[in-house]
Amino acid sequence: MADYREVTLDDIRNLVSDRALSGENILLNMGPQHPSTHGVLRLLLELDGEIVINCIPDIGFLHTGVEKNMESKIYQKAEVMTDRLDYTNTIGNNLAFVLAVEKLLDLDVPPRAEYIRVILTELSRINSHLIWLGTSCLDLAAMSVFLYTFREREIILDIFELVSGQRMMTTYIRPGGLWRDVPSEFVQAVQHFIDIFPKRIEEYDGILRKNKLFLERTRGIGVITAEECVQYSVSGPILRACGKPFDLRRARPYSVYDKFDFDIPTEQNGDIYDRYLVRMEELRQSTRIIEQALKDMPSGPTRSSDHKVVPPPRSEIGTSMEALIHHFKLWTEGFCVPKGSTYQTIETPRGLLGVYMESDGSPKPLRVHYHTPSRTNLQAMPIMTRNRFLADVVGIIGSVDIVLGDADR
Amino acid sequence: MGIVTTKLEDLVNWSRTRSMWPMLFGLACCAIEMMSAQASSYDLSRFGMELMRASPRQSDLMIVAGRVSRKMAPVLRQLYDQMPDPKWVIAMGDCASCGGVFNNYAILQGVDEIVPVDVYVAGCPPRPEGLIHAIISLQEKVKGEKLNRWS
Amino acid sequence: MNKHQSRAVEKIQKDFSAGAEEIKDEITLFLSPDTFIPAIKLLRDQYGFDMLILETAVDYWPQLEPRFHLVCRLWSMAENDILGVRVPLKGNFPSLPTLTVLYPAASWFEREVWDMFGIKFEGHPDPRRLIMPYDWEGHPLRKDYPLGYEEPQFTFNFEKVAAHKPHPKE
Repeated sequence: MADYREVTLDDIRNLVSDRALSGENILLNMGPQHPSTHGVLRLLLELDGEIVINCIPDIGFLHTGVEKNMESKIYQKAEVMTDRLDYTNTIGNNLAFVLAVEKLLDLDVPPRAEYIRVILTELSRINSHLIWLGTSCLDLAAMSVFLYTFREREIILDIFELVSGQRMMTTYIRPGGLWRDVPSEFVQAVQHFIDIFPKRIEEYDGILRKNKLFLERTRGIGVITAEECVQYSVSGPILRACGKPFDLRRARPYSVYDKFDFDIPTEQNGDIYDRYLVRMEELRQSTRIIEQALKDMPSGPTRSSDHKVVPPPRSEIGTSMEALIHHFKLWTEGFCVPKGSTYQTIETPRGLLGVYMESDGSPKPLRVHYHTPSRTNLQAMPIMTRNRFLADVVGIIGSVDIVLGDADR
Repeated sequence: MGIVTTKLEDLVNWSRTRSMWPMLFGLACCAIEMMSAQASSYDLSRFGMELMRASPRQSDLMIVAGRVSRKMAPVLRQLYDQMPDPKWVIAMGDCASCGGVFNNYAILQGVDEIVPVDVYVAGCPPRPEGLIHAIISLQEKVKGEKLNRWS
Repeated sequence: MNKHQSRAVEKIQKDFSAGAEEIKDEITLFLSPDTFIPAIKLLRDQYGFDMLILETAVDYWPQLEPRFHLVCRLWSMAENDILGVRVPLKGNFPSLPTLTVLYPAASWFEREVWDMFGIKFEGHPDPRRLIMPYDWEGHPLRKDYPLGYEEPQFTFNFEKVAAHKPHPKE
């Protein structure tokens, strides 16, 4: 089975320096299976002793063909595949797809659904940052933080399971609102979480913030300037740690983010330690947003009443002929989206996620393209690892916070 | 003579099941649930899997967690070949068992196209309890192995 | 369309005789492969569109004239504005100049477009496949490339599907 063509030196001749080709510098393959690459990422490192001269990332080991697969499925079925792209922030991916579909359809969403969407998206942001904290500290040998963050994460996954029945791939946000209304224990569960969470953040900070070993491994390492960030389209916490206070939830608010009061954390140096500080502060700001949303949540319907797109309630199917016809059409053919194209961006824990959607009037999309933050941020890796030690590369990959499902699609 | 071989089988199988070391092969979303199973709420250390070895030469269980793409398939086969005998494979999740949600040019329709699999776990992703059930089933399977089957 | 965008769009339309379209408060400019680079250079230098946030292509097969459209989106950090650019391309293996001279971020985006669609970029520093294996033939996201769908194995067609499925010998 293993008849594959091996990559020879000729293919990469134009990428590495002459010293590597003559054998003076080592070409090291930090291969797809490695404990610190957070997934299947291959890095080709050119080393002079222990110092990294150049770093060439090689992706594609998790390529799933999602874009082509979505072109042969109707919109409701294509949404199921979106959870699996950035699997640490599943509700955010659903939100991006659904906002693009609603823009093409001109569909209105009831306010209660908008508030619950915001609460779940911020919980998903906290979930993603907890996974980042656990795994990157595991790489830097602070292993107890891993166990603490996954304990917190279990509480969030219990809330997702309460609401939708599934721990991770929920597909809870649907075009027109939500799948169905939240149960009555939801408010209590979220309130319990935001009551205990701020103390837990202080616990993590207490272990890491003034720890001499952590500071040695993260201060001044992996520096990138703000101009280089903009040239390489890097966004998210990396850009904010370089000094530019850019957050899409403030710049072009989507959903109901303009009604909430939160700060945008920024730092000045652009190294690993500053990215750590930015993300810890984002955890606190997300808790603030959830508290405000929980207080102001209105009551009412949670899904739009346009039955050409949203399935009618099952109680009506027995009595109303129209409801039966709508139900039949939605489950056999799907809803038709008018011709047009749109680009919808949201702010994920990693950066800007953009969905370019083009439709030609049929129930299946013509083209869906995801512009993902992990792939764009990975392009800036060679700049961050230049003239650093090999051991620093591990910390830098952790701080960039890539998820390979996002980068390869 | 029969008593000696039976006792020997029991001893060796018991020691194999109680100290299986998994190899770190988390590819996609199922890897997060595998990490959850390793962490504090559903603890895998009580089954002897305290640490996940990164090197294939020091492990005897490969949990394929996640979707295997066509670019990754030769890498997986090479790692499987590098593991010393006796070795077992658990295909965790729908994508490793049968291709899952993705039925297209880029994903292997089941990892049993390239490696022989002992236990399949269904779910997208399977709950950590599902993974623990798979490990216990594998332990039952290993307990039934006979002397003449060992290589 | 706010004032900053309308000034930029009018200037580009006048200088490069480009078409413009507005769909649901998103503006898209239509350019050609020759005017593509000078127009975007003007947008970046004079109007502050300094971040490239999308570069991809769409295939309109079986319509052959034009078959591909290259789609870009530019973001302006100072004004929080977004502007779209579309370039219709003719032929089955078209080519156009690369955007890496203006935005270094375009390097991987254009590698992916070459990998998935077969559109060549003249002057690209590193024209290799990005996400498919090194020796893959074909460009998967074209509409005439098959999906690679495998028939699900039920009891009535179990033998038929099992005959084609590869199995390891060991």
